[in-house]
Amino acid sequence: MSDNEPLLSVRDMEKHFPVTKGLFKKQVGAVKAVDGISFDVFKGETLGLVGESGCGKSTTGRLVTRLLEPTGGKVVFEGEDITHMSQGRLRPLRRDMQMIFQDPYSSLNPRHTVGAIVGAPFRIQGIKTEQGTKKAVQEILELVGLSPEHYNRYPHEFSGGQRQRIGIARTLALKPKLIIADEPVSALDVSIQAQVVNLLEDLQNELDLTYVVIAHDLSVVRHISDRVAVMYLGKIVEVADRKSLYSVPMHPYTNALLSAVPVPDPKARKERERIRLTGDVPSPLNPPPACRFHTRCWKAQEICRKVEPPLAELATGHQVACHFPENAPDQTPAPAATAG
Amino acid sequence: MNFLDVKDLKIHFPTDDGLVRSVDGLSFGLERGKTLGIVGESGSGKSVTSLGILGLHKGGRARLSGEIWLDGEELIGASSEHVRRLRGKKMAMIFQDPLSSMHPFYTVGHQIIEAYRIHNDVSKQVARKHAIDMLGRVGIPEPARRVDSYPHEFSGGMRQRAMIAMALSCDPELLIADEPTTALDVTVQAQILDLMRDLQREFNSALIIITHDLGVVAELSDDILVMYGGKCVEYGTTEDIFYRPEHPYTWGLLGSMPRLDREPTERLLPIKGSPPSLINVPPGCAFHPRCPYAERTKGKADTEVPALAETEGGHLVRCHLDRAERQSLWENEIKPVLETQ
Ligand SMILES: Nc1ncnc2c1ncn2[C@@H]1O[C@H](COP(=O)(O)OP(=O)(O)OP(=O)(O)O)[C@@H](O)[C@H]1O
Ligand SMILES: Nc1ncnc2c1ncn2[C@@H]1O[C@H](COP(=O)(O)OP(=O)(O)OP(=O)(O)O)[C@@H](O)[C@H]1O
Ligand code: SF4
Ligand code: SF4
Ligand SMILES: [Mg+2]
Ligand SMILES: [Mg+2]
Repeated sequence: MSDNEPLLSVRDMEKHFPVTKGLFKKQVGAVKAVDGISFDVFKGETLGLVGESGCGKSTTGRLVTRLLEPTGGKVVFEGEDITHMSQGRLRPLRRDMQMIFQDPYSSLNPRHTVGAIVGAPFRIQGIKTEQGTKKAVQEILELVGLSPEHYNRYPHEFSGGQRQRIGIARTLALKPKLIIADEPVSALDVSIQAQVVNLLEDLQNELDLTYVVIAHDLSVVRHISDRVAVMYLGKIVEVADRKSLYSVPMHPYTNALLSAVPVPDPKARKERERIRLTGDVPSPLNPPPACRFHTRCWKAQEICRKVEPPLAELATGHQVACHFPENAPDQTPAPAATAG
Repeated sequence: MNFLDVKDLKIHFPTDDGLVRSVDGLSFGLERGKTLGIVGESGSGKSVTSLGILGLHKGGRARLSGEIWLDGEELIGASSEHVRRLRGKKMAMIFQDPLSSMHPFYTVGHQIIEAYRIHNDVSKQVARKHAIDMLGRVGIPEPARRVDSYPHEFSGGMRQRAMIAMALSCDPELLIADEPTTALDVTVQAQILDLMRDLQREFNSALIIITHDLGVVAELSDDILVMYGGKCVEYGTTEDIFYRPEHPYTWGLLGSMPRLDREPTERLLPIKGSPPSLINVPPGCAFHPRCPYAERTKGKADTEVPALAETEGGHLVRCHLDRAERQSLWENEIKPVLETQ
């Protein structure tokens, strides 16, 4: 981590998907998939992005890599505003920002050899001769723990973990600066998950990579991240360095999430104090007003239903959006909150 | 005799590529009121085992052998018709994906009512009241209204609850839950695990929970069976498996998993390689290509299948290493690394 300029900076970013009805596709509402989020990613660090299904993690990843265009706010990469940059101008930037996807199988073309898949970025960008491409691809294959002989094989000949390595190899081809990994290990077996997590860490050290790792598994995120952002229904509710987030979580939702993770220790089932949330995550089509968590929060008060709590820094580097945070030095509501 | 006894169960599938030995000599027992956790990686034979117990391979191309005793009755030799009648009444299953096991065109209530009436000679009104009662018991809000909803109108967590209601509606004595919470969010998973624990206590049923998540088994199980390549490699109480594991594969699973209840480790300790093909299962100990201790077994690792041998108090381990060596490896090499890192 460093404290200089962020590599990626996101401010008030929004993505509202229109919901249409009828023959004339009249807009009747919007899915507020991402609804005003701000965060920074610094060079060399790993930012973990966690939250439950549908909270907007993947959308966030697609917005910052500009696979989707934001409907509001701004995305700045290396000091340059890329929010509405044209595809043509984005092209060179695509080398610097890459995505790794969850499903190692569906993201690889079954009819292409490993050589073709991993070498595609070189060919598309036309930056290497055929001979040069083969050599470069074989080097990358070795880097991710595959063998250079795998060059002419097809994806179906590989196991899930190996396919994820092929996906990672493809991502690395153009020496990106930022990698957004969307659930990179959740489709893999535990033993293979650990291999891929270690590989991502090794590559980060060797190649000086910056990661945003999106995952719903809180244990994996703690293992791999330097800082962690927690999302709920299109909002970031808490951001902190991993130690603070996991040892003194302040947002009630973060507390509930951590307390819900089953612990692989039979003694813990008797001793642990649990927070049990009732109900499911509400729909992002009609999110609850003000604090979106108030329908499930055991601390909710009148103000939570009326005034949206801003994401405020309550301790160094620890931002929380809550009127009545847990583990906070001072329990009075943040002053900005009352201003609305 | 246990309520459920599985003896030397084999389930093989002939395919164009060869014989798939999905389950290859599995034995275990389970009493009423107890929970058995079955863990293992993808393709280790967990689901095939549970479908086998429920008699759902009958009439297919699977080759079954061995014995399955449920409450004193042998099921492998029994007619499909007979096993079908036991299903629902005596044993029921909860699947990972509720949508695939619920009919999309019928209301949730209709499906519970039908399932209930197959086994109980009651009027529709009585069955409907029972369905509403069951939906309420599993925590569906406003059950009298939601009984007429279609499965797609429920959220993932509610569908899983509805399926549990359906599975429990005939008060089965054996309940098999195959990855019941894998598709759910962690806060909803916690609700469902609590629910299953409470209902099991109330109904005193025997519960088998199948999962790849060691956290989930630790929460619910009395005993744990670790599967690898279609075989049981370790079996013991939950305490045996978490505090005194003796099989190198179990150690590998524990080392692979980042844990929230410990200080973060610098590095995870993965198992090298990947799970075996069940058509060409490695000879000898199926785990030997991935096992860091294979060298220590005096050439037996790849020639001789180790027996599942009892160590102490029902704790079974399938490994050629002698017990003293396993215990010393665990105490001196594995446990310190898992705990202190
Ligand atoms: N193209 C789209 N059109 C309309 N709605 C969409 C679209 N893409 C995503 N959404 C909605 O936006 C919300 C956020 O989706 P997103 O995929 O970002 O969630 P996620 O946090 O990645 O969830 P998961 O953990 O399930 O992957 C969801 O309600 C989803 O249904
Ligand atoms: N009908 C079938 N025909 C042929 N092979 C089968 C059949 N059903 C299952 N298998 C094979 O049997 C093996 C065990 O499958 P099973 O579904 O029991 O795995 P599992 O342990 O439940 O894995 P997962 O964790 O992925 O659910 C797999 O290799 C699978 O491909
Ligand atoms: S603002 Fe209120 S409802 Fe929202 S998390 Fe904080 S206490 Fe709960
Ligand atoms: S028998 Fe040998 S290869 Fe198999 S688990 Fe034991 S030590 Fe490892
Ligand atoms: Mg996603
Ligand atoms: Mg399965």
